[in-house]
Amino acid sequence: MYKLTLAFRYLFKRRISYLALGAVALCVFIVVVVMTVMTGLVSDFKSKNHSFTGDCVAGTESLVGFPYYEDFMRILDSADFVEGVSAAINSCALVGAEGSQQNIGLEIIGIDARRHSRATGFGETLHYNKGDASRAFELTGDANLPGCVVGIDLWLQRSSKGGYYYELSPPATPMAVTCFPLTIRGALAKAGTGLVNTRTFYLSDFSESGLARVDSSVVYLPFEDTQALCGLLSPVKRASWLHIKFRPNVKLEDGCQKVQMLWAKFCDQMNGKENAELLAQVRVQSWKQHRRQFIAAMEKEQVMLTAMFGLVGLTTVFVVFVVFYMIVSHKSRDIGVLKSIGASFGDVVALFLGFAGALGVAGSALGIAAGLLFLRDINAIENWLFERFGFQLWDRTIFAIGEIPNRMDLTMVSVVVCCAVLACLAGAVLPTVRAAKSRPVETLQVSQL
Amino acid sequence: MSKNDFMIEAQGVHKSYRMGMAQVSVLKGADISVKQGEFVAITGASGSGKSTLLHILGALDRPDKGVVRFEGRDIGGMGGGELNRYRNKMVGFVFQFYHLLDELSVLENVILPAMVPVGIIRWLSVRGGVKRRGRQLLEAVGLNERAAHKPYQLSGGQRQRAAIARALVNEPKLLLADEPTGNLDSATGNGILELLGKLNRAGQTIIMVTHDERVAVRAGRIVTLADGRIK
Repeated sequence: MYKLTLAFRYLFKRRISYLALGAVALCVFIVVVVMTVMTGLVSDFKSKNHSFTGDCVAGTESLVGFPYYEDFMRILDSADFVEGVSAAINSCALVGAEGSQQNIGLEIIGIDARRHSRATGFGETLHYNKGDASRAFELTGDANLPGCVVGIDLWLQRSSKGGYYYELSPPATPMAVTCFPLTIRGALAKAGTGLVNTRTFYLSDFSESGLARVDSSVVYLPFEDTQALCGLLSPVKRASWLHIKFRPNVKLEDGCQKVQMLWAKFCDQMNGKENAELLAQVRVQSWKQHRRQFIAAMEKEQVMLTAMFGLVGLTTVFVVFVVFYMIVSHKSRDIGVLKSIGASFGDVVALFLGFAGALGVAGSALGIAAGLLFLRDINAIENWLFERFGFQLWDRTIFAIGEIPNRMDLTMVSVVVCCAVLACLAGAVLPTVRAAKSRPVETLQVSQL
Repeated sequence: MSKNDFMIEAQGVHKSYRMGMAQVSVLKGADISVKQGEFVAITGASGSGKSTLLHILGALDRPDKGVVRFEGRDIGGMGGGELNRYRNKMVGFVFQFYHLLDELSVLENVILPAMVPVGIIRWLSVRGGVKRRGRQLLEAVGLNERAAHKPYQLSGGQRQRAAIARALVNEPKLLLADEPTGNLDSATGNGILELLGKLNRAGQTIIMVTHDERVAVRAGRIVTLADGRIK
């Protein structure tokens, strides 16, 4: 009982204990805040990539595409684990204002808007036709004119608060899209002055995926038009990718494996058909594999951050070690007294480790409480900093962040608290054991000097 | 009790310390025997090894050579647990500098030795009795009004009386006092010596270390330590 009493008295009656408490609380606060924000950002980035890709893709990076995609789409449409499937053509094009000599090289994606929004989150990225993707390429004034959906950052400037200033209706601006059609072997399909295919599309909507690279370089066009522009109509119709969405109860790995098996079987069936050799370059990938190059960079940052906070943890251990070394040195007389009245080695260790544990728990509680308060108001604080000093943590004109993530993950918090308590115990164990091992007379005589 | 009725006896106790490069012999075969109910004063010049001998008798230190027997049992042969019980139950120590814990109240300091061997659950059942005993002891040493105070709020004499109460809380068979008046003025020191005398008259065995002849004469027997031996 006296160990508990003394541990709490040491914690609340010594000024040096408050310093240790502050050090632990500060470390916990920093780790919790940064991990919450970083984990939120990574999770948001992954979710946007998932939404952009769908659950699974089958296709090729080749600009020539692959044939018989409609046959395979029919197979997937009838599969019980598939919710939606959409064919897409990914290519490059020169895009400019109609009649102008100036243009820029962009990525074009040819899609059937209705099908694509069933397989991916495309419909939700639209501004004017949000939730009704079938009208994405329709112009309000003239339904016969071909529309196009432009990545938002290609057209509008992001405001400093992270939003865009939209007009009431789509601008319907004519845009000339120029492609270099290829033969099925990858050579230029045309020669001379008519080397390229050019067609005018009218801006019918904006897409805001939240992925900076996509929103600043992609133009969506109707599938058949893109197929014609890129020369993927003859001798057989071709597409670049099939985006697939699984039914809700299907696990990602299971779904992808099923698609792979269906694809292998399909390739066997197509064997010997005209241009069937192009099917060999098709890969079936989960959205994670497909977007690996983008996600990996963020994940590496997260790993690096975790490693850096491992160092912060080590610093905590060292700070607690130093503080405990001082406390134990300061309390050596108490240890001598306790041992002179019969306290054992274990009693002394338990007393100081109890003190360290109490310090870890109290410090963590303070750090988490401060973290909760700070995260609750982090967006308000950032806004205030911006309005008062013009400083913005994440420049909204660059980063596709609406609000700074501030939802604390309970598992992460539990791990941080455990680590903080363990760090306190680790910091305390050496000086405590050293003091507990000493003979009573050593500490009592030292304190008399 | 041992066969020759000594409560505690030390035979041929040697103890040396390393001071820098030199090995300093403090005790060179010291012998002492104390019967139950005796009040013995150990005197000697400063650095003669009086406190070292007292620490060895109280198992706060170990001799390099020699035997210390308490009621016939060699305390050098006791294990860690037994030694802890010996320090807790058999002897009570009074230090020159009181050594009270500042974080605890006077009453808590007094009952601390009674709390040491008791777990949380057992403490709930015995705490009433222990606190009662602590208050009785504080009343006996004239500190019942100061039970809730912190040690730093007391005078030197009051602190030493609290330390004596602490040493007595587990009703030890032997009270060891190391210069109990060494840090006090003579009037306050007299008060402490009167208290020790009263305890001895009530049957308490006491060994007291002092360098002051005027203090030593208050004991029933005086032994002098010189050149590391009892003369």
